[in-house]
Amino acid sequence: MKRFTCDELAEHLTAYLEDALDRPARDGVRAHLACCEGCERYFEQFRVTIGALGDPPPEKLPADVRARLLSAFRERRRL
Amino acid sequence: MSVRPEGAIVGSVAGGELPPDDVVVTALRAGDEAMFAALLDTWSGGMLRVARSYVSTDHSAEEVVQDTWLAVIGGIDAFESRSSVKTWIYRILVNTAKKRGVRESRTLPWSSFEQDRAAGRDLDGVPWKAFAEAWPTPESEALASEVRGLIAEGLARLPPRQRTVITLRDVEGCTSEEVCEILEISAANQRVLLHRARTAVRGWLADYFESVKQPE
Repeated sequence: MKRFTCDELAEHLTAYLEDALDRPARDGVRAHLACCEGCERYFEQFRVTIGALGDPPPEKLPADVRARLLSAFRERRRL
Repeated sequence: MSVRPEGAIVGSVAGGELPPDDVVVTALRAGDEAMFAALLDTWSGGMLRVARSYVSTDHSAEEVVQDTWLAVIGGIDAFESRSSVKTWIYRILVNTAKKRGVRESRTLPWSSFEQDRAAGRDLDGVPWKAFAEAWPTPESEALASEVRGLIAEGLARLPPRQRTVITLRDVEGCTSEEVCEILEISAANQRVLLHRARTAVRGWLADYFESVKQPE
């Protein structure tokens, strides 16, 4: 199993979440998180951040652009 | 707020999920307007967000999205299912946005990504862990909307390539494979950019929560 300092751990979190670590590194991340409250909290914040990113305010194309595109689709030349 | 599972389909304006690619392509080729409208409404919001990582104004972003859809209309007959429809459309978007972004001198070649500075975790030499405080649970709508605003500002401050990657991955819910294909970058490169961007955004949120903390 790999041992990580707190700083090293933080650098591996995305790779850990992507399942891109080899086994010793993955086990090392888990072991460190299990016994380090600061890193556990940091990891939690990292995940909250990712979750918040995935909740953006809705966006729409302006109605005139949408209408123009729909009519462009209607009028496309058939080959 | 929970982390979406890898590869989740992002909730869309249309609400429903789109049918499989072959159904979509057949319908578009047959001139099915409802299908085109569903596609427009499902993906345009995300496309606007991605376009903004290349161009500097809302108007430019809208034009990039419009030109992308026009290229889709013109290219649907020639589309070969070597990639998914989504990846194909996003690639057109990125190429369209890049051309425009170059005119606005906003983009750098991807190969120079090493110049993106990693966001430091130290704040004036204070160990970062001092700031890994417990965050308030964003139960209130007010806090949630505050956080949304902060995130939008934070994304705008990121180096462009980091912003593109984090927008595709975390905002739009693309998989890492999709992002590598859309941007033509390696998995390792994608991961570095994503990690730096996430680290920076977490840091800004932490600063904010620190600043609004009630004194003990």
